[in-house]
Amino acid sequence: MVQYSPSLDLSFAALSDATRRGVLEQLGRADASITSLAEKFHMTLTGMKKHVAVLERAGLVMTEKVGRVRTCKLGEWSLDAEADWIESHRKHFEARFDALDKVIIELNQEEKNGSAKE
Amino acid sequence: MDQQRSDHALGQNRTAVERKSDRELVVTRMFDAPPHIVFKAWSQADLFRRWWVPKSATGVSLVACDMDVRTGGKYRLEFGAGGSDTMAFYGKYLDVVPDERIVWTNDEGDEGAVTTVTFEEKGGKTLLTFHEIYPSKKALEEALAGSAAGLPEQLDQLEALLSTTTV
Repeated sequence: MVQYSPSLDLSFAALSDATRRGVLEQLGRADASITSLAEKFHMTLTGMKKHVAVLERAGLVMTEKVGRVRTCKLGEWSLDAEADWIESHRKHFEARFDALDKVIIELNQEEKNGSAKE
Repeated sequence: MDQQRSDHALGQNRTAVERKSDRELVVTRMFDAPPHIVFKAWSQADLFRRWWVPKSATGVSLVACDMDVRTGGKYRLEFGAGGSDTMAFYGKYLDVVPDERIVWTNDEGDEGAVTTVTFEEKGGKTLLTFHEIYPSKKALEEALAGSAAGLPEQLDQLEALLSTTTV
């Protein structure tokens, strides 16, 4: 399952706010500066910095300062979530293909028996 | 069950999933039979319904399965979970080349993938490649999230719980 880091409480507290969920959704589409996030969500720069700090503490967002601009992107937690999605997709297909394997072994055997008789 | 798992860990028949791009997912697997056998198991409804929904998928079964596997043909799968409600998946086959390739649409939603399955001969075995391309990154992620057992529901429940408390 997902590796919740650094802790469940921080993640879920971070997710409990509509603006912060909006920020995550936005960052899922593209990295963004704090200034552009503040504009998008009609907030002051200080207000957005607080939200980003909560998301960052929860590991949901990573920030990086390049020159005078602080850029935000989805954090490790989000990457883990994607890895988890891929893994459960793989398990789903593996169960399906294991079942297909049984059908194929049977068909292959039938065909071999058939051609042996001919 | 455990025995099966360890057999697969030892064998080379492992199922692999790769996210090829923002909009593409690829699943591969080797089968120990020539392509015409694998194609047969995929293209005949009576065989297909034996494996498409494996027994381990909790309580869900394929209650109806109609498929006309040829270019321009249609399919319709109905899933049930014991009650009277069923969920239908349907679409049409865009391209079918016997023993080689099947391409179909997934028309039950607005943002369904186009799926291509190919059967390649590899020394008497078959390399099966299941390729899905979604109309958008978001559509792929929603499909992936949907297959992550329970996770989105858990988060939804948690969000509902948290929205009643102020942080």
